[in-house]
Amino acid sequence: MTAGSGLSRLEGHDKVTGAARYAYEYPVEDVLYVWPVGATVASGTVTEVDSTAALADPEVVAVIDHTNAPRLLPAVTADELVLQSPTVAYRGQIVAAVVATTIEAAQEGAEQVLVRYVEHGHKVVLDPEDPDLEQPETTNAGFPGTSIKGDVDAALAAADVVVDTVYTTPAQHNNPMETVAIIARWDGERLLLHDSNQGPWAAATAFGMLWGIPPSQVDVVTEHVGGGFGSKVWPTAGAVVATVAARVTGRPCKLMLTRQQMYTMAPARTATRSRIRLGARSDGTLTAIDHDALQYSSVIHEFVEQTGSATRTMYASDNLRIRHRLARLNLPTPRVMRAPGKTPGMFALESAMDELAYALDLDPLALRLRNEPATEPASGLPFDGRHLVDCLQAGADKFGWASRDPTPGARRRGRWLFGTGLASAMYPVYQQGGKATARAEPDGTFDVWVAAVDIGTGSRTALWQAAVDALGVPPSQVSIHIGHSAYGQAALAGGSAGTASWGGAVRKACLELSRRVAEHGGAVPSDGLEVTADTAEDQLAPDRARHSYGAHFCAVRVDADTGQVRVDRLLGVFAHGHALNARTTHSQLLGGMVMGVSMALCEQTVVDPRLGLFVNHDLAQYHVATNADIRGLEAHSLERADDDVTLVGGKGIGELGIVGSAAAVANAVFHATGVRVRDLPITPERVRAR
Amino acid sequence: MTDQLRGDVVLRVNGEDRVVNLDNRSTLLDALREHLRLTGTKKGCDHGQCGACTVLVDGERANSCLLLAVAAEGREVTTVEGLADEDELHPLQRAFIAHDGFQCGYCTPGQLCSAIGMLAEVADGMPSWISADLTATPDLDDDEIRERMSGNLCRCGAYAGIVAAIREVADG
Ligand code: FES
Ligand code: FES
Repeated sequence: MTAGSGLSRLEGHDKVTGAARYAYEYPVEDVLYVWPVGATVASGTVTEVDSTAALADPEVVAVIDHTNAPRLLPAVTADELVLQSPTVAYRGQIVAAVVATTIEAAQEGAEQVLVRYVEHGHKVVLDPEDPDLEQPETTNAGFPGTSIKGDVDAALAAADVVVDTVYTTPAQHNNPMETVAIIARWDGERLLLHDSNQGPWAAATAFGMLWGIPPSQVDVVTEHVGGGFGSKVWPTAGAVVATVAARVTGRPCKLMLTRQQMYTMAPARTATRSRIRLGARSDGTLTAIDHDALQYSSVIHEFVEQTGSATRTMYASDNLRIRHRLARLNLPTPRVMRAPGKTPGMFALESAMDELAYALDLDPLALRLRNEPATEPASGLPFDGRHLVDCLQAGADKFGWASRDPTPGARRRGRWLFGTGLASAMYPVYQQGGKATARAEPDGTFDVWVAAVDIGTGSRTALWQAAVDALGVPPSQVSIHIGHSAYGQAALAGGSAGTASWGGAVRKACLELSRRVAEHGGAVPSDGLEVTADTAEDQLAPDRARHSYGAHFCAVRVDADTGQVRVDRLLGVFAHGHALNARTTHSQLLGGMVMGVSMALCEQTVVDPRLGLFVNHDLAQYHVATNADIRGLEAHSLERADDDVTLVGGKGIGELGIVGSAAAVANAVFHATGVRVRDLPITPERVRAR
Repeated sequence: MTDQLRGDVVLRVNGEDRVVNLDNRSTLLDALREHLRLTGTKKGCDHGQCGACTVLVDGERANSCLLLAVAAEGREVTTVEGLADEDELHPLQRAFIAHDGFQCGYCTPGQLCSAIGMLAEVADGMPSWISADLTATPDLDDDEIRERMSGNLCRCGAYAGIVAAIREVADG
C-alpha cells in the first residue's frame, strides 16, 4: 500500500541537482530567440511599425507585426490572437516581435523597433458608478451571474442587526517563479512544442485551434513546470508569439517572457469590489445575505470571476441574493489565479461575518456554527461530506480559541498589539474525464502513461502511487510517464481537479490491466498487454453539493507605531478526503496558506489611471511573501470517509489553503488594533488610518 | 552585432575551465544556461529580485543575472550541478528532499546555493539585519534562517520545508 503514504517526490533528485528540464532548457540546434514588443498606449491603433533600425543588426533575423504575421483562428480568448490587427486594447499588448540569433540581439532589437500609434481614450479604473457596467449571464465555472432566493430587501429591513460593508481586493498577478517559457518548431504542418503549461493535452488542443490543425498534429512536451497558479492554464499571448515566429522564420524559436512582460502578456486576477449585506436576528440567525460583486474584464474578451460563488454555499439564509457586475477596461483579460472567485469572495464574506459577530456581541465561531445549512443554500442540493463545523471545532481546539477575549485593541506588550481571528474555507470538487494507458511487459514491469503535468503539486508521485496500488505489484516494477500530449486526452491542472481526474483514469486502466493479466494466469504474453481507459462516462452526478472545507486561525502582532503587521501563527484545518500522498498534500496546503498571507499583507498590482499601466510590474515592486514573512504555519487534515467522492477518493487540495486565509489575517488585525481593513492588502498606512 | 563586441571568455565552472564565445553583454546566467548548457541555474526575474539564479562565486552567493559573464573570468563559479560529490548528494540536497523543501522546484537550485553561501557567512560570523549583537557569533535560530534566506523567493510557498532542511544541516 503506497497511497496516502508520505513518499518523497519521484523527481526530487532531479530537482535538487538541476537535472530536471523545464520548457526553455532543451538543447535545440539552430534556435532563434524571440522578444515581444508591448504597446506603449492603453488604447489605440498601430499606424506604423518601423523595423529598419532593428533589422540593421545582422543578428536580427525578423521583425514580425500585424502586417506580416500569419493568420490565427479564435481559440480561448482574444488575447492569444497576437499580431492579427493594428488595434491596441491595452498597454503591453504585443504589437511586434523581434527574432534574433542571440538573446542579447533580440532584446536590443526590441528596443530599436519604432511603433507609432493613434491613441484613443482608455478606461482602466474599476468604478461602481461606471455607466457601462454589464450584468453577465454566467460567470467562470458556469455559475449564474445572478441568483435570488426569497426577498432580501424585506429581510434586511426587518433584521435586528444589519452589516452593510464594501470589501475590495486589487488586481493580483500569479507570478510563478518560472515565467512563460516555450520552444516552438514546425515540422511541415506539425507543431512541436516544449511548453510550460498546466496541461499538455489542453495546450495541444488550444494551439491546434489557433493554427487550424487537429490536436494530434500538435506535440507538447511538458516534463517539469516552474509553477502556474492558473497563469498557464491556457496558452498565453507570449507563448503564441513563439509559434508565430517559428512559422515565419522556418526555424525553431524559443521565448521566455521577462518578469515585466508577465504582467501584460500573461494573465492576472481581476480586482474585485464586493458589497456584502448581512441581516440577522439578535440571536445570530442569518435572515438575509446579499453579495453584490464587481470585477473587470478586458474590452476584447468577457471573463467573469465567480466572486460571489462561495456565498451560494457557505451559510444558511432564507433570503439570498448574489449578483455579478462586470466593467470592461483597457487591461489584459484577467483569468484564473489560485481559487478564482473563492479567494476574493471569501475575503469579503468571512470579513463581513466577523463584523456581524462583533455587531451581535457573539463569538465569530458561534455565529458560524449557528448558521450551518442543512442543504446548499443557493441550489437546495444535499451536501456530500459537509465538514465545515468539524474543521472549525478542530481548529479552535488546536489553536486554543476558547480562551480568547474578543475585545479589540486590548492586548499590548511594548510597541506590539496582539490579536487573533478566524475564517472559514471551501473549494468545490471538480473532476474531469480523460484517458490513461497501462501496459504490462513479460518481464514483469509495468508502464503507465497519462497526459498529466506536475506543476509542483506532486501529481507525478501521487499518480505513480495510484498505479502501484491498483496494479497490486511491487513499486519498483511500475514506471509512470506524464507531461506529453501524445499520451491522450486528459484534464488540466486546474480547479484542483488534476490529480483526481488523471488518477481516476490511471486507476481504471491499471485495474483493467490487472484483470487482463489475471485472465492470462499471471503470465504476460510476449508482446505484452495494454489497456487504455477513458473516464468520460465515470463522472460525478450533479445531484449533490460537493466541496472541500477548511478553517483558518490566525495570530498577528501589529506595530502600534508603524502599523506593520506580522503573522505569528496561521493554523489551518482542512477536510479534503483521502490524500494520495500525505507529504505533498501537506505542502500544497501550506503553499496555499503562504499565498494567503502574501495576498493579505503584500500583493497588489497598481494601475496608473493616466497611462493605463501596471506600475509595479516586477518582483521588486510587486511584493510576494518572503521566507521572513512566514512563521508558525500549521496545516492539519481531517480524513472523513464521506469525503471520498472522486474516482481516487479525495477532493481537491491545491486551492483550498488560500481561500479564507486573508480574511483570518484581517480579522486578527481588527482584534489586535480595533481597525477594520476592508481593502487588501493590509498595508501599514491602512492600519494607521484609524 | 559586430565582431569586436564578441569575444572568447574562459569561465571556471564546477572546477572545469570552459571557453565560450559570447556577446559581451551576456550575463553569467545566460552564459551558463544558453552556452554551457548548465540549465540547473534558473531565471526568475533577470533583475536581482528573486534569487532563482543564485550561484556561488569564489564561495560567496551571487545573483548570476546581475553579473556579466566577462566579469566572472578568473573566478570560481559553482552551480547546482556542482554541489553533489559524484553520485553522493550534498547534505542540503538530501535535506531538501527529506523535508519537501520545494514543490515546482524552480527556485530550488537558487535556494540550495544561497543556503550554502549563507551557512558560510554565519560560520564567518557575519551578522544579519535582525542580529541583536553585530559582533557576537551569530545564533542561527529559525528567524535568522528566514531573514538570511529572504532574497530567495519561493512562490510555491515551500518556506517551512526550506527552513527545516537548512536547520537540519546547520545543526549537523
Ligand atoms: S533571476 Fe537573478 S535574481 Fe531573479
Ligand atoms: S518550489 Fe516552486 S517556487 Fe519554490
